[in-house]
Amino acid sequence: MKFLVFIEQRDGKIRKASLEALSLARKLGGGPAAAVLPGKGVTALAKDLGAYGAGTVYVADRDDLALYSNKGYVGALDAAAAKCSPDAVLIAATAMGKDVAPRFAARHDVSALADVMDLRAEGDRLVAWRPVYSGKARAEVDCGVAKLQIATTRPNVFAAEAAAGAPAPAVEALDLGDVSPRAKVLRVETSESKELDVAEADVIVSGGRGIKGPENWPVIRDLQEALGAALGASRAVVDAGWIDHQHQVGQTGKVVSPTLYVACGISGAIQHLAGMGTSKVIVAINKDPEAPIFKVATYGVVADLFPVVPEFAKAVRALKHE
Amino acid sequence: MNSLVCIAYVPDTETKIKIGADGKSIDEADVKWIVSPYDEFGLEEALRIKEKKGAGTVTVLSVGPERAKTGLRECLARGADEAIWVDATGIPYLDALGTAKALAAAAKGGSYDLFWFGQKGVGYDESLVGPMFAELVGVPHVGSVIQLEMGDGKLTAHREIEGAHEVVECAIPAVLTAQKGLNEPRYASLKGIMAAKKKPIAEKKLAELGVPEADPAHAKTRWRKLELPPARQAVKLVPADDPAAAGKELARLLREEAKVI
Repeated sequence: MKFLVFIEQRDGKIRKASLEALSLARKLGGGPAAAVLPGKGVTALAKDLGAYGAGTVYVADRDDLALYSNKGYVGALDAAAAKCSPDAVLIAATAMGKDVAPRFAARHDVSALADVMDLRAEGDRLVAWRPVYSGKARAEVDCGVAKLQIATTRPNVFAAEAAAGAPAPAVEALDLGDVSPRAKVLRVETSESKELDVAEADVIVSGGRGIKGPENWPVIRDLQEALGAALGASRAVVDAGWIDHQHQVGQTGKVVSPTLYVACGISGAIQHLAGMGTSKVIVAINKDPEAPIFKVATYGVVADLFPVVPEFAKAVRALKHE
Repeated sequence: MNSLVCIAYVPDTETKIKIGADGKSIDEADVKWIVSPYDEFGLEEALRIKEKKGAGTVTVLSVGPERAKTGLRECLARGADEAIWVDATGIPYLDALGTAKALAAAAKGGSYDLFWFGQKGVGYDESLVGPMFAELVGVPHVGSVIQLEMGDGKLTAHREIEGAHEVVECAIPAVLTAQKGLNEPRYASLKGIMAAKKKPIAEKKLAELGVPEADPAHAKTRWRKLELPPARQAVKLVPADDPAAAGKELARLLREEAKVI
């Protein structure tokens, strides 16, 4: 099967989620895959993709692609697809990937396997598992009669594997023609203090009602810092206005699958469990022994979070210092 | 400013999901249905724009079985002017492309400036239909909108990305997909509920809209199997009487047993 992988970069840095998709394409295709890399000043980044499985990198390196535009970035993917006629296209299911995939799919009269957590090849057909109903169930899906198969891969689920001694990829520049967009990104505004996003984080520390008020975030932040984690929150505290929606984990927030999820003072409403239930290891600290969060937790402490969380942070720091 | 708000009528987010007898769809018994929460943000914004300008119409559109009409009626009660129901009775599954095609076909002939979708439909969770619709109709789109200012022949939208916002200037007509944070949707008033009963719901048949994907044999994505997620191991409780010891033990387990820190 011939794969083409959409590579996302921001500020000159290739997204890990894209390297995960690229490694997956190499694995499923049994050899190097094609990749497409749009942006400004990105040609120099192309050579780094060889180690992750790129045989050829199609580069769309233009001033007018410095900021994301659907027209320009889908245009680049389209131009690359025209060059290499792939059987399958993989795109990381990031904010950008979710914007690119559906328009590209519709342009080719196909749909896409969205946000997959497992992907395999049966002959020349892709078969995926994807969470549905926010993780309350999972569906095994395929691309039906679609000739071109498209999947978006959930960040943090697949391994990004660099192979030592992989040859440098062939780099080919794409000619996109005029891609002046009707929807143009004027600027990117960094919210809060350039925080790690829960959707991309390996480790998440979340706070819920149990923190009692927004003035107590420093307690959670301290553990977050110790673990090098992103900060998550339950719907209750977002709705109460204690923190921005960006942080919300759950069915109407972000659905996440980190390696470690630490729930502090979160009882675990069904919508919240749906959003984090696929995390590898879950730690719950809650004073209510009946809280549903303990049904999904790997490790639990039935206690008030206020004395425990700082001690936990201290112990983590001590371990990391060793 | 005329808006078309596309809505999905989906299982309530509090619903416990059970697998249906066919092993590839949910058991619909005991399911409470709601307008997909993200679609509500789109409807609310469309209503606010109309109220602010004092002109224009808000039309709601949905593809689905008979119950979709209940969802449309709820939107009419909140202030939408008219509704279009695409009757998909007897069609158990329509993929994202088929849904986008059906919506685009049903919208044809209308004069709309803004097309609203939720940033995802709760349930399928694909985030595909809105941008696909935009591609099919040939208009630009902005996804995951959390803030919007209407200008003259164009709009400025803030869209949520990882750890930041993109500020996007977009020509009208356009597709917008709504994200939480855009607004606080209103509830229907009693007066609105009464008025909704008299508002028109136009009906179209999916089978007559020329959507090949409505036939499962022509679907571009299919569900082969539906399962509940694998059960998790029982929790290991750490003694809680001494906070310092509990903290240390947690850290030790994560390092030595789970090997995640």
